[in-house]
Amino acid sequence: MKFGILVNEGPYQHQASDSAYLFCKAALERGHEVHRVFFYHDGVNNATRLTEPPLDDRNIVKRWTKLAEEHKLDLVVCVAAALRRGILDENLAPGFRISGLGQLVETGIEADRVVTFGD
Amino acid sequence: MLHIINKSPLEKSSLETCLAVAQDGGIVLLIEDAVYAATRGNTAAARLTAAQDRLKICVLGPDLEARGLADRLIEGVTSIDYGGFVDLAAEHKSQSWL
Amino acid sequence: MEGVIKKFMFVNRKAPYGTVYALESLEVVLISAAFDQDVSLAFLDDGVYQLKKGQQTKGIETKNFSPTYRALDGYDIEKLYVEREALEARGLSEEDLLVDVTVLSRKEMGALMEEQDVVLSF
Repeated sequence: MKFGILVNEGPYQHQASDSAYLFCKAALERGHEVHRVFFYHDGVNNATRLTEPPLDDRNIVKRWTKLAEEHKLDLVVCVAAALRRGILDENLAPGFRISGLGQLVETGIEADRVVTFGD
Repeated sequence: MLHIINKSPLEKSSLETCLAVAQDGGIVLLIEDAVYAATRGNTAAARLTAAQDRLKICVLGPDLEARGLADRLIEGVTSIDYGGFVDLAAEHKSQSWL
Repeated sequence: MEGVIKKFMFVNRKAPYGTVYALESLEVVLISAAFDQDVSLAFLDDGVYQLKKGQQTKGIETKNFSPTYRALDGYDIEKLYVEREALEARGLSEEDLLVDVTVLSRKEMGALMEEQDVVLSF
């Protein structure tokens, strides 16, 4: 099964990104495909490489990057939402790319299921 | 259809609206702060129990455990892990009651 | 995937201005029009406030995006559904809304939701 995932909240402030990450990991472990993870609203803040959490906390951004590397995930950050919040190519973490909202609609068309995580 | 709720029933009306909108045979999955609804003594628990004859109610176990309430889960509600969440989402289309 | 037409429903349950969800949700709706999909919008709970007539945002120095809902039919997005119970609970009626909508009960809304291929909530 091909999943599309929508993440609407930033890291740390809200559990949405954690829930989405754990869902993706479990889906991949079960042999499903994750067609795309689309970051929208404050969710674009998951993509900044400037994040530096305390050492005893999880690194949410790096965790997404690692999952993307291991499974060739397509992590897409909405350009309009990103520009509003100061997320640019120069501070984008590895594994993420900035693109248009059309990528979200396309995931809706191409994935078998879309699951939304937000506030 | 899989209805995903993530809000405490005492904070927002998501659970109430969801229970009124959800069609018979649907599944309601409580995650994040919504898990409080399925604990003994919570004012929403009775509504969940009443809905059980037409909807299947599940709770995300790791979220319940994180909040120290694993021993208070009400009767008839199924606790599942993230793998179980994936299975439900693969089987059904979902709506997230954000 | 060319030629695939899916039923998309955008579910709006949040009031405008207090948070950005209503505005950014509308941006997705406008983009979706370019994909020739079967799009509908559902307004439940506080989401019905998005459609209230007479929004004046000058005093909060924020863009009034409510006229965009009226422009949706120009994008062939004409299916707007509003939850009857949400209107009643907020002292609103259809005449208070700035666009033509179909008012549905919660149960009817649930049935419509079941028919969709993709439900996106913001």
